Amino acid sequence: MSGGATGLSRRGVLRGSAALGLALVVPLGRASGAKAATLTANAFLSVTAEGAALALPKTEMGQGVFTTLAMLVAEELGLAPAQVAVTIPEGDSARFAPIDQGTGGSSSVRELYKPLRQAAANARAALVGAAARQWGIPPERCDLVGGVVIETKGGRRLPVGDLLAAASAAPLPKDAPLRPSSALRVIGKPTRRLDSLAKVTGETVYGIDVRLPGMKVAMLAQCPMFGGTLATFDEKAARTTPGVVQLVKGSDVLFVVAETYWAAMQGYIAANPQWSAPKGPADHAHILAGLDEALAKPGFEAKSTGDVAAAKARAARPFSATYRQPFLAHAPMEPGSCTAHVTPEGCTIWAGSQVPAQARDDAAKALGLPADKVTFHNCQMGGGFGRRLETDMVVRAVELARQVPYPIKLMWSREEDMKHDMYRPAYADQITAALDAGGKPIGWEHRIAGSSIMARLLGQGFTGVDADAIEGAVAIPYALDAHRVTFQQAESAVPTSWWRGVGGLRSAFVVESFIDELAHAAGQDPLAYRLSLVTDARIRAVLERAGREAGWGKPLPAGLGRGIAVLQLWGTVIALVLEARVADGAITVPRATVAVDCGLAINPLGVAAQVESGVIFGLSAALHGEVTIKGGRVEQSNYHDYRILRLNEAPAIATHIVESAADPGGMGEPPCAVVAPALANAVFAASGKRLRTLPLAMALERVS
Amino acid sequence: MSYSLTVNGKQVTVDAGAIDMPLLWVLRDVIGLTGTKFGCGAGLCGACSVLMGGERFFSCQAPARAFIGQPVTTIEGLRDDPLGKRLQDAWVEADVVQCGYCQPGQLIAAAALLKANPAPDDEAIEAGMSGNLCRCGTYPRIRKAVKLAAAGGKA
Repeated sequence: MSGGATGLSRRGVLRGSAALGLALVVPLGRASGAKAATLTANAFLSVTAEGAALALPKTEMGQGVFTTLAMLVAEELGLAPAQVAVTIPEGDSARFAPIDQGTGGSSSVRELYKPLRQAAANARAALVGAAARQWGIPPERCDLVGGVVIETKGGRRLPVGDLLAAASAAPLPKDAPLRPSSALRVIGKPTRRLDSLAKVTGETVYGIDVRLPGMKVAMLAQCPMFGGTLATFDEKAARTTPGVVQLVKGSDVLFVVAETYWAAMQGYIAANPQWSAPKGPADHAHILAGLDEALAKPGFEAKSTGDVAAAKARAARPFSATYRQPFLAHAPMEPGSCTAHVTPEGCTIWAGSQVPAQARDDAAKALGLPADKVTFHNCQMGGGFGRRLETDMVVRAVELARQVPYPIKLMWSREEDMKHDMYRPAYADQITAALDAGGKPIGWEHRIAGSSIMARLLGQGFTGVDADAIEGAVAIPYALDAHRVTFQQAESAVPTSWWRGVGGLRSAFVVESFIDELAHAAGQDPLAYRLSLVTDARIRAVLERAGREAGWGKPLPAGLGRGIAVLQLWGTVIALVLEARVADGAITVPRATVAVDCGLAINPLGVAAQVESGVIFGLSAALHGEVTIKGGRVEQSNYHDYRILRLNEAPAIATHIVESAADPGGMGEPPCAVVAPALANAVFAASGKRLRTLPLAMALERVS
Repeated sequence: MSYSLTVNGKQVTVDAGAIDMPLLWVLRDVIGLTGTKFGCGAGLCGACSVLMGGERFFSCQAPARAFIGQPVTTIEGLRDDPLGKRLQDAWVEADVVQCGYCQPGQLIAAAALLKANPAPDDEAIEAGMSGNLCRCGTYPRIRKAVKLAAAGGKA
């Protein structure tokens, strides 16, 4: 279950690049000779005598698709999940089209649930059909179980290995029926991960672990001030540092090439690079002022239903609040790295990427090569969280690799990783609600200001509204007669990108904090108040379940409080109740209770893992996460000043999966997205302090 | 001049140029044992943990020289130790792993914990395991897995 399932084995790496290439490419073609070795179901799934081979169209970064997607295949093919040999394929947009290899936005299972089951079902029909033809009976009287086609009401059996040739020779069925819900034996069953053993024995090769014959190791120093340039450095001192091979400079970067990372680091210290700052102010206060200015502008309309002005005019009273969220770093445990080798024939790259096809294309563009001259071997990732949706690491690696004759592993120090992330944008939001006499909102206007990731990606195509930033703000759980949402772009020197939870994360903090404030302003219980405003049955069920399981309403000791938040996004509805203790100016979180309707829960054990992961990831950010800028530089550098929770700080987490007939929803991001508002609301319940600025530990300090 | 280290029961020769390098980089870049991970380079995350005797050390913080004459166990050697195997199996059983990058260090920390205290309570687990960061948030299952291994590894 483990060895072949690691994507690439250490032995493969040590054997060298040619062997590694073979180790990474799953031979999907047929073996020569009369007997076909495989039945090709599509570009990434094939059936073998031993089981199935799945080249993951989406990639594994911890979220568990290695296992979940294997389960879908196993279900239709009558296999155990461990009989599906999963590999992480090269970046290749043509091979996987129309499926995008990009892994983000909680999309893996949502995008692949139907196509992957269908492909496996088609392969089953091909094998069953081949057996049925041989036996002269209708295929309905056959099934595929455990690598054998059986005659369901008779004793005949044919192993898959004996049917591959005949099944391959016939046209592949296109729309074979999927197994009925009543017959599922893999989907919905708690299933342990298939990649665990390789990971706990240290066998899994992450991007940073790649080693090639003749390879050198480099570290890079990029100008610490965004937009600045390399001025001077002491080349002689660096070159005479033991182990240093050479230095390569770029306009805003210095690469130190050495025999080992440690030697490269010593060379960098000796080089002592000096930088030229860009023009213009780049302090945090200036950036925050820019957000406030943007918030005061009219903004671009993202949504307008009903008449907000009329609602305000007839309101019993208005209610308004402003919320602020900081830049966030991703800080995955595996710092940036990318290995590249440029030869006259082309370029070969090894790295962990959430967008392997994009990475290949971007490397080709940087090298001025056609994409087919670039091979991108994707690796297991030591966390992604959106950081590896960007290809800056790959582009930097080829920038260096084209200038040296040997394979080069380019590494980021933790400090470099922290100071040259592409950060979750800082935002300022304001909601102004019109309340009726009973304290319920009859309309509200939500203004959003912040950096637009979509604007960077769309360029001229951007028309003013960031479709990501408004997610979770335009479709909210609550009925409003009038609802207006605007977005105003506000850029700074700080580069921004996707971060786990994306738009839903930022919007949920605002919407779910605000609705809580309205409940308290109306003198009502926050859960009851929410339930009085929701119309969707799934949202209601999830809220009620979370409340019940968390013991909502039961008295808590002084200093403890419960907070709730709910979100419907990515096909999933999730509600979280957090218990927070506020004492001695600090916030601790003993307990979290989640109710989630994620549609069909393919792997309940994986769903719970993503809940635990998202809650803790979200708590790190909600309590401590903040990247600040001083003199144009990121102030944070490592885990001491960019804190993430430790084991002793993690709450007990209970996950309750609400039965659902809906198609599978996303699970990578929803749990993370509801944490900050649930915590802010719990802090209010515990202390009476309403914190509207993240991170909350610092916000509490300021009001204490 | 060269030196000898004992890594996972095997003698490894390290030349004078590398002996003052942190053990982490000797393991990863010189010997080629990449199971021990680089996370922070500052002793903050525990991903680089190795055992010397039964004790856990951050290999990014100590030169290889400090380990001369001492038995070093990395994640690649942990399975040869019955306790190590029990822990790894408990990790699989409790379905701990997500991205997995920090887990070699977590397992080394857990091995050191159980060697010193075969039946740790919650407080002892917190004390023993809070030096290791996990960005995926596998802490609840790490707690479970440590208890499972301490109880003998039965589910």
